[in-house]
Amino acid sequence: MAETPDLSIYVKRQDDGTAHLDLAVEGIDCAACIDEIEGGLCNLPGVLDARLNYTSHRLAVEWRDGDVSPAHVVGELQRLGYRAHPFRSRLVEEEEDRRAKWLLKCLAVAGFASMNIMLLAVSVWSGNVTDITPETRDFFHWLAALIALPAVAYAGQPFFRSAMNALRNRRTNMDVPIVIGILLALTVSVVETIHSAEHTYFDSVVMLLFFLLCGRYLDQAMRRKTRTVAGNLASFRAEVAHRIEESGEIVLLPTAALETGNRVLVRPGERIAVDGIVLSGRSEIDESLVTGETARRAVQADSQVYAGSMNYSGTLTLLVTAAGKGTLLDEVERLLENAAAAKSRYVQLADRVAKIYAPVVHTAAAATALTWIATGASVHDALITAIAVLIITCPCALALAVPVVQVVASGALFRAGVFLNAGDAFERLAMVDTVVFDKTGTLTLPTMTVVNAGDVHPGLLQAAGRLALSSHHPLAAAVAQTASDRRPYDDVVEEPGCGVRAIVEGREMRLGSPAFCGAQILADRAVASDPLASVIAFSWGEEQTALLVRQALRTDAGAIVQKLRQRGLGCRILSGDRPDAIAPIAAALGIALWHGGCKPADKIAMLESLKSEGRKVLMVGDGLNDAPALAAAHVSLSPISAADLTQAQADAVFLGDRLAPVLSTIEIACRAQRLMRQNLGIALLYNLIAVPLAFLGFVTPLVAALAMSGSSSLVTLNALRARGRVPEPTPGAPSSHSVPAAQGA
Amino acid sequence: MEVLIYLVPMALLLGLSGLAAFMWSLKSGQYDDVQGAAVRVLSDDDMRK
Repeated sequence: MAETPDLSIYVKRQDDGTAHLDLAVEGIDCAACIDEIEGGLCNLPGVLDARLNYTSHRLAVEWRDGDVSPAHVVGELQRLGYRAHPFRSRLVEEEEDRRAKWLLKCLAVAGFASMNIMLLAVSVWSGNVTDITPETRDFFHWLAALIALPAVAYAGQPFFRSAMNALRNRRTNMDVPIVIGILLALTVSVVETIHSAEHTYFDSVVMLLFFLLCGRYLDQAMRRKTRTVAGNLASFRAEVAHRIEESGEIVLLPTAALETGNRVLVRPGERIAVDGIVLSGRSEIDESLVTGETARRAVQADSQVYAGSMNYSGTLTLLVTAAGKGTLLDEVERLLENAAAAKSRYVQLADRVAKIYAPVVHTAAAATALTWIATGASVHDALITAIAVLIITCPCALALAVPVVQVVASGALFRAGVFLNAGDAFERLAMVDTVVFDKTGTLTLPTMTVVNAGDVHPGLLQAAGRLALSSHHPLAAAVAQTASDRRPYDDVVEEPGCGVRAIVEGREMRLGSPAFCGAQILADRAVASDPLASVIAFSWGEEQTALLVRQALRTDAGAIVQKLRQRGLGCRILSGDRPDAIAPIAAALGIALWHGGCKPADKIAMLESLKSEGRKVLMVGDGLNDAPALAAAHVSLSPISAADLTQAQADAVFLGDRLAPVLSTIEIACRAQRLMRQNLGIALLYNLIAVPLAFLGFVTPLVAALAMSGSSSLVTLNALRARGRVPEPTPGAPSSHSVPAAQGA
Repeated sequence: MEVLIYLVPMALLLGLSGLAAFMWSLKSGQYDDVQGAAVRVLSDDDMRK
C-alpha cells in the first residue's frame, strides 16, 4: 500500500481559501474515538476543523488550502487506526435529509398546536358541564381557530401534496380521505364557532395531524438511517484505478475521477474498475461477478470488458467507455426498463385498503346526513353528525397501522444485517412461495478459497500461504488467506506467468503453475477429483502439493436452503454459469430444479413462466446479469458484494458471508405482514364500534379525542411486537470486516 | 375572568417561543448527530482551541 490515490476530486474548495473533505470512517465503536480522531487531526498543521458525526460515522475535515493534502489526512487517520474513505453525498440522500427536516418542522408545529388547543378544549369540556359563560367559550373557540388554521395549513402540507398527486393520477390513497376529513372538520368547526355553538373539532384535527406526522417521520427516519449506512458501505467499496496520463505517467485515482476516453492500466490480479475496450495487451479475465460464468475469458485488443471483472494473467491497457455501450449492458438496460415498468403496477396493501375504505366512509357520512334529515332533524344537526362520522373514521389508526410496523420491522432487519430499499417490500416478501438463487457470488462466496485445505499437510499449507502473500495473482490471494503468519518471506522472486519462488531454510520454495513447481502429475490427479477448480501447485524442496482453488459455498447455504424448504418454499437455481459447474452445487444443496447457461433474457423468461403458474418469486442474485431478473421478480435480495446496478434493483441488500439473512428477511417480513393485518383489523374493529356511535350522534369532540388517541396507541404498541423476541446473532452486522467485496486495490 | 385576556396570550407566547427555539435548534443542526451529542458531554477536553 505504498501508493496513495489522488483524492483531490473529493475536496470541495471554498471561497475563503479553505478546503473541505467528507470521509466515511470505518471502525468507530466507542466515544473515545471522537476525541482521538478530532484531536489527532486538529494537531496536523493547517487543519482548521475536524468534526466527526458519531451517528453516521462521517467526518468533515477543513483545512487551509495548500497546507495539507487529502491523502495526508487519510494517512493520519490510518496511523490512528481508522480506515477512512472519501465520500461524496448522493443526491437521493440529500433529498431524504431535506424531507426528514421538513417533516420534523411540520411535526413540531402540529405538536405545538395540538397541545395549546387541547389546553383550550379541556377547559371548554369541563366548562360545558359546569359554569362556563358563552362569551368565554366563544373566546376559546376563536383562539383555537386562530391556532389551528395556520397550523393545519403548514403541517398538513405533506398530506395535501400526496393527496393532490394521487388525485392528479386518478388514483386514491390513504391521504385522500385524511385530507377530506381534515378540511371538512375545520370548515364545520369554523362555522360552529361563528354560530357560537358548544362543540368544535379543532383539537381532533390537529391531534390527528400530529399522530399521522409521527408515523411519517418515523418512516422517513428509518429509511434515512438505511441510506446512510448504504452510502458509507458504497464509499468503503469505492475502487481505484491507474490512469495513464498524456505524458505517459501513471496516477492512482478513485474510479469516480475517470472520464470517458481516459486510458487505464490494469495489472494482473487487479479488478477492472470501469467498462472499457482493450487497447493493448492480452489476458484472461474472470467475469463471474458480471455474468455468473466462472470459466475465464481470453481478451485481447478490441475486446469489450466490464467493471467488476478480475484480470488474471496479463497487463491490459483499456480505453474507458461510457457505461451502457457494451452489448451485455445494452441488453441488461433494455430488459431493466421493461421489468421496472411491470413492477410499478403493484399496489400497496394500505392503498388497497384505502381504495375500498374511502368510498365506504364517504357513503356512511352521506347516509348519516340523509337519515337524520329523513327522521326530522334540522339540516344543521344532520350535517354536524355526518361530520362527526367523518372525523371518527378519519383513518388515523389505519394510516399508522402499516408504516409503524414497517419502521419497527426494518429496524429488526437492520440488526440482522439487511438493508431495505423499498418500504413496501415487506408485503411482497411475505407472499413469497418460491426462492430463486443465482449461483456465483450468491450461493457461493464471491471470493476464491482453497477447497482441499483439509487434505494438505498443515505445515506445507502455512508455508504456501506465507509465500502467496508476495504474489499478485488472484489464485495466490486465495492461498494467502490460509496463512496465519501474515509476514511475507524475504527475497521472493516473481516469475511472470509462472509463479513466485524464494529460498527458505536452505530449500527452494515455489508457488505457481504445476509445471513451474514440477508437480504436474500431482496436479493432474487433483484436477481429476474436482474438474471445476483451478489448481495451483506448491513445492518446498522435495515436498510437493497441489491446491485446488474455487469459489466455495457460503458456509450455511445448505442449512438455510433446507430451512427455507421446511417453510414450504420451493428453491431453484438460475445461473449464467455452465451446467456442469452448477450440478455439484445443486446436488450438495439438494436443489432439484436448476438451469445453467442462462442469459439475462432467459432468466426473465423463466421468472415469467413461474409467475404464470401463480408463484410469487423471491430472486436472490448479485451479478450484473441478474439485475433485470431482480427487477422482474416479485421481490429481490442481493448480497452487498453485488454489482452497483444490481444492488440498485434489489428490494433489499444483505451483509456478510452467510446466507442466513435471506431466511431472517423472510421470517421478519412474515411477522410484519401478520402484524400489519392485525393492525388493520384493530383499526377496522374500532371503526365498527365508533361509526354506529357517531351515526347516532353520541360522538362529542371529547369522545372523538379519546377514541382517536386510544386506537392510535393500541396500533403503535401492537406494531412494536415486530421487533421479535430475541435479536438473532448478527454475524453480518454492519461492521467493516464483514464486507467481502472490500478488496484492497 | 378578565384575567384570561392577558393570561391566554402569555401562555400562547410561551408556547410559541418554545416552538421558535425548537426550529432554531433544528436549523443549527443540533439533531444531526444525536448519538454523538450524548457521548461528547462526557469528554472534558472541549476547551481545546
